[in-house]
Amino acid sequence: MRFMLLFSRQGKLRLQKWFTSMSDREKKKIIRDMTTMVLARQPRSCNFMQWKDLKIVYKRYASLYFCLGVESQENELLALEIIHRYVELLDKYFGNVCELDIIFNFEKAYFILDEFLMGGEVQETSKQIVNRSIEASDMLQEVRFTDMHQTLQDDRLE
Amino acid sequence: MSPSVPLQEMIRAIRSARTQCEERGVIQRECAAIRAQFRQADNGGRSHNLAKLLYVHMLGYPAHFGQMECVRMIASPRYSEKRVGYLGAMMLLDEKQDASLLITNSIKNDLSNSNQYIQSLALCTLACMGSAEMCRDLAPEIDRLLRASNSYIKKKAALCAVHIVRKVHDLGELFTKAARSLLTEKNHGVVHGAVVLITELCERNSETLERFRKTVPDLVQIMKGLVISGYSPDHDVAGISDPFLQVRILRLLRILGRNNEGASDAMNDLLAQVATNTDSTKTVGNAVLYETVLTVLDIKSESGLRVLAVNILGRFLLNNDRNIRYIAMTSLQKIVGTDHNAVQRHRGTIVDCLKDQDASVKRRALDLSLALVSASNIRSMMKELLSFLSSCPPELRSQTASGIFNAAERYAPSQRWHIDTILHVLTTAGGDVRDETVPNLIQLITNTSELHCYTVHKLYRALLSDISQQPLVQVACWCIGEYGDLLLRGECQETEPVQVTEDDVLDVLETVLQSHMSFPSTRGFALTATMKLSTRITENVDRIRSIVSIYGSCIDVELQQRAVEYNALFKKYDHMSLFCSAAICIWMHLNNVQSAGLSPPLCGVSQVCDLLDLLGGSEQPLQPSPALGSTAPPMPVSTANTVGGDLLDLLGGLEPTPITLLFKRLMHSPWLNTDLKLMQPSTLSVFSVVATVTVYEKDGVTVTLSCEKQSDSGLTVTLTASNSTESDIRGFTLQAAVPKSVQLHMKAPSGDSLPARGAAKVTQMVVLNNPNKVA
Repeated sequence: MRFMLLFSRQGKLRLQKWFTSMSDREKKKIIRDMTTMVLARQPRSCNFMQWKDLKIVYKRYASLYFCLGVESQENELLALEIIHRYVELLDKYFGNVCELDIIFNFEKAYFILDEFLMGGEVQETSKQIVNRSIEASDMLQEVRFTDMHQTLQDDRLE
Repeated sequence: MSPSVPLQEMIRAIRSARTQCEERGVIQRECAAIRAQFRQADNGGRSHNLAKLLYVHMLGYPAHFGQMECVRMIASPRYSEKRVGYLGAMMLLDEKQDASLLITNSIKNDLSNSNQYIQSLALCTLACMGSAEMCRDLAPEIDRLLRASNSYIKKKAALCAVHIVRKVHDLGELFTKAARSLLTEKNHGVVHGAVVLITELCERNSETLERFRKTVPDLVQIMKGLVISGYSPDHDVAGISDPFLQVRILRLLRILGRNNEGASDAMNDLLAQVATNTDSTKTVGNAVLYETVLTVLDIKSESGLRVLAVNILGRFLLNNDRNIRYIAMTSLQKIVGTDHNAVQRHRGTIVDCLKDQDASVKRRALDLSLALVSASNIRSMMKELLSFLSSCPPELRSQTASGIFNAAERYAPSQRWHIDTILHVLTTAGGDVRDETVPNLIQLITNTSELHCYTVHKLYRALLSDISQQPLVQVACWCIGEYGDLLLRGECQETEPVQVTEDDVLDVLETVLQSHMSFPSTRGFALTATMKLSTRITENVDRIRSIVSIYGSCIDVELQQRAVEYNALFKKYDHMSLFCSAAICIWMHLNNVQSAGLSPPLCGVSQVCDLLDLLGGSEQPLQPSPALGSTAPPMPVSTANTVGGDLLDLLGGLEPTPITLLFKRLMHSPWLNTDLKLMQPSTLSVFSVVATVTVYEKDGVTVTLSCEKQSDSGLTVTLTASNSTESDIRGFTLQAAVPKSVQLHMKAPSGDSLPARGAAKVTQMVVLNNPNKVA
């Protein structure tokens, strides 16, 4: 996977995750191209498109478009499942997630994504484990002091 | 979870801005505040400030002044600050920034932190934006984590290793052993990470690939476990147990089984099992089936399994879900070369997909349909393709048109069908065809002499209904010019003939000439056609003359030149118009031949032979050359000397009338310089007949010249001089000069005095020999 973009129906970017190194200019161009291409699609069309040497997989959930750029040997149908899994994780975390949740808590959306995907690949295939990791990290954030060695030993997931 | 209020307040403020300008103002203020905060000493709100900055960055505003803050935050002992700091590093820093190196040390420290969440942050950031140097630095650490840590860290370390291998290929060696051992773990996340890592290692290095072939039985075992095992709540997705892992294992098996009989055999049973047992009602099941099919088709599978795979694709084609149809066609495209017959069985469904609403599906269906055209199904496929052409989206039209042309050329069952097909395409999508379509079609029509009548009738009808499609209009004009007599005759066997008068035909051509839709090249075609008709029609020559003379003052230089030359022909050589048209035709033909790159022998000789009949005095209509193509080049004037080069010297002093002009061009034509053996004798004898030319006419003395070819390299020129003055001319001699490569032998003249008033003529034979056939 090369990138993941989330944008609204008006083309406003809500989340961007790049899995390869690219210049700012290239990133901006890709964002422009993706928003134009995806927003131009008819309602019930195929979720796959060809763009340069990448396959673009996109899906709309309510007012947000989730757009992935995957490489040619990757499985597009599985990419759709990846998008769906991410939405499920967001939904579990925020409780009936909507676009506003992602706007006002964008850093949390990133943290969740970083527990699910890494380096463009799926990191954890179990929903429960991802959820538990996020919760534990959040708890950690609450604690003010640095020496949390003891507390964490107990929490460690096997 | 505690909301970060300051961040959310800022977001609210930005969103409530009503104009772009207002938004910029808010953001500038906020950024100023953030910058001020960064400069201050450590306070409780550092993470909020950085988070604000990251939001601003996502909106597209510059945020590079936050880079150093990220570095500082990463080094902070507080987890909340570290978390945002690492996030900032992933968003603002990439390997091209110098600041990224500064965090290497922090990452190193955090990798050994006792807290697994802090380790995880470091691993994640390294896997996201680690540069090659950072990767080299930290690779041993990653390897250590791969071996001795808990599963939470192991799975992350595996993916981090994948990133390292992508950045620095040599480091793959380092991780091979650890990857192997990870396969035996129970934790799905770890196994998944291991499979991804092994896939990456095998793709990079063929030796590693060989070594990992031994893992095929283990992988098969794991897959079996997933497929057969009962419901596992942790990893179940719509009845499929851990589809993500299944797909990755199948992909790895594909790589390991490629080009290897042993490995392929070991996985045959498993693949058959997965293919038959996987539930295909939901997308997730189809994802696994899809991967299975790809694997079966890529390894050395037994034929039964292959058939099973293609059948699965066939089932996919009938699925209601567009996505499934799309990927089915993509996969079939890959195997249409190797398993052509298997794919042919599904041709009907594929052709139906041409009618799908979706643009992606249409595109795939087009590619696949064009690949499936063969001699046996050409008629039915072409029907479908032509109907697709009339309704397809504009971006696919030119691809469809060229695909149709290629297919028609390869598999046309008859000439008439071929011509019909091309005409159909030109009528529907004339604007999207390539430039060489027009000359190709003209070539095709010329060669199908039995269909000339049919073609000209059809094209005439097409022209009557629509003159906007330029390629069609060009071909139609050319045809009418060529075969106008067949049109006027009003009889045709293959199709309903039109009953037209000469006026009707000229009306049509004039409409094309005057229409604002016609390109200049199209007008050229029409003008030439009008001109050619002057030799075929009997009553309306005046009308043609008036049309042509109007264009003598046309703004377009090309048209003007043609019109002027045609006009001159009309005025001066009325009685020779028939002959001149023949000569023009040879000339234009020669020019066209070399400009359009067509091979001379094919096009030239058969037509030029027919000229003999004409010049022999019969009133048969011409079978002349193709019109001046739309690629109208400048006259190829070569300075090479030809066999008749010396004639030019004689011609030199004359006024450049059209006939001499074109004769000059004839002689200068590089085509004549090709090996004379290519030219049949008849052609040259034509030239010999053509070349009875008055070369000198002054003070009552007239010299004419005629050529006759004697052999491959020899030419006899007969010079005839006559005297129309009142007195005799004595001491009359002719001298000739030739280039060194040509041998000249002047025979004795019949006399040296020219009697008055053309009582007798003096003739002299000159033999020219061009033994080296030098140009």
